[in-house]
Amino acid sequence: MRAMWSAIPRRGRVILLVLVALLLTAPLALDRYFISVLILIFYFAFVGQAWNIMMGFAGQLSLGHALYAGLGGYVAALLWFYFGIGPWLGVFAGVAIAALFGAVIGWLGFRFGIEGVYFALLTIAFAEFTRIAFDNMAFTGGAGGLFLLYDASRAHEWWNLRGGPLLFYYLGFALAAGAALLTAWLARSRIGFQWLAVREDQEAALSLGIDAFRAKMIAILISSSMTAIGGVLLAFYYNSLFPAQAFDISRSIEIILAPIIGGLGTIFGPIVGAFILTPLGEGLIALTAKFGIDVPGTKAVFYGLTLMVIITLRPDGVWPWLKRMLGLDETKP
Amino acid sequence: MSALLKIDAVSKRFRGLVAVDRLSFEVPKGGIFAVIGPNGAGKTTLFNMIAGVFAPDSGAIAFAGERIDGLTPDRVCRRGIGRTFQLVRPFPALSVEDNVIVGALLHRQHVNAARAHAHEVLRRLDLYDKRVQRASALTLPDRKRLEVARALATDPKLLLLDEVMAGLRPTETDRIVAILKALNRESGLTILLIEHVMRAVMALASRILVLHHGAVISEGAPSEVVRDRAVIDSYLGAEAVS
Repeated sequence: MRAMWSAIPRRGRVILLVLVALLLTAPLALDRYFISVLILIFYFAFVGQAWNIMMGFAGQLSLGHALYAGLGGYVAALLWFYFGIGPWLGVFAGVAIAALFGAVIGWLGFRFGIEGVYFALLTIAFAEFTRIAFDNMAFTGGAGGLFLLYDASRAHEWWNLRGGPLLFYYLGFALAAGAALLTAWLARSRIGFQWLAVREDQEAALSLGIDAFRAKMIAILISSSMTAIGGVLLAFYYNSLFPAQAFDISRSIEIILAPIIGGLGTIFGPIVGAFILTPLGEGLIALTAKFGIDVPGTKAVFYGLTLMVIITLRPDGVWPWLKRMLGLDETKP
Repeated sequence: MSALLKIDAVSKRFRGLVAVDRLSFEVPKGGIFAVIGPNGAGKTTLFNMIAGVFAPDSGAIAFAGERIDGLTPDRVCRRGIGRTFQLVRPFPALSVEDNVIVGALLHRQHVNAARAHAHEVLRRLDLYDKRVQRASALTLPDRKRLEVARALATDPKLLLLDEVMAGLRPTETDRIVAILKALNRESGLTILLIEHVMRAVMALASRILVLHHGAVISEGAPSEVVRDRAVIDSYLGAEAVS
């Protein structure tokens, strides 16, 4: 931990501390709307980081991460709905189920050499058939959705995620920050180097004694587990779940945009990406609602355009460029 | 000298083509053993079988007394065989140092220990001053030495070098030859190399094997092999020994 801190240049440490302090005190000054936008930013920074571990570090393209978020959310919500088991316990079940799906997908893909776009198709397929299954299962509420009652008398039960926006704000912040710390630690560890080697050139990685299958399995297990935690948070924040939303490919795409825009394989990329993309998307919704031109799909088109512009201007993402602009980049070309 | 690597009647076919045909030889421990021969002689196929890229159709490969044929490349490496690739493949987006750290982490749990070992290896290969550069920014001679460094960082007992001198200028060739000779002399590293550059082969090898159409046409000390009529006819050409 200390080594990670001392690896950050002095100016970077100051900027980081100021930003953390600002975010911790921001709810004092902000209204509900801005807090709700920040909660979404934290959520996307968190699940973006989870996806970044798999794609940015281990080089495995998943286009079905909504599967893990949806499973985590559904499992925890169902346990709460039917048995009154709180999400603080349900999150473990949600993570276990999501990790199990991750393990099956990983095993199929990595054991049988399904790579690149074919692996991505496999991840989409799993998300899709899970969506169809949830559409047709009565006990999950089917296509009509699953609703969690919001009981004001239990609003103090923060451990059951029964609280107001502030609870979700600080929880989201802790998750996003924790994910960044975890990723930074992993990136400097043995497995982090093995991921990079597999991402860069799997055959060369094998020739250096790296068990590529094991490295990729660890990546998908960590990534799916983290994403499931994000799903639990979102399920109890919105108090509702619909298969068509939870498992839809557009959800998976939303998860991967922040790390791509921010910078793949970097610690701050998913955070920077979430801070750029989410306010833009939410701002667009507010604008279109105001002018009464709210057409379904507007956000998707807008995200697509944003992605095109940023990838054209900054192919490596915004963070590597921002890092240079802030004078934090110490590596020589 | 006992044999570190033993190739026993190994064959490999690609569809109809026999790439390696009942090949047998032994690489003595501590030696520098060169495999030469014209293009298509089966040299790289032989390397790929030793390194575990594919298994031989028949025959056995034993390393330090144990069978290794059919093992996956990562397992072969963990047994103590490091390799380079004919077409160099460093990890392009990683720094020179990180490339070597990946190798050094094979037998080290902690990145700091791996980094210290990587620095040692980089110094030997004259790459220490370039350690912060991206591997993709290196020149070809530097990339070739980086491949050697990365393989060496895994602490191999046997180093397989697949044409590391190809495409290098004579001064660069001499530089690598000197480095490899020092490594072999000081640490007792056994080296098996495929090479076309005879200047390097003659300077390095304690023993040479000549392959042609997947079979041995000559084997022996360098001075004997270059005088062998069959070798001159099929590979070297008359002017090489004039």
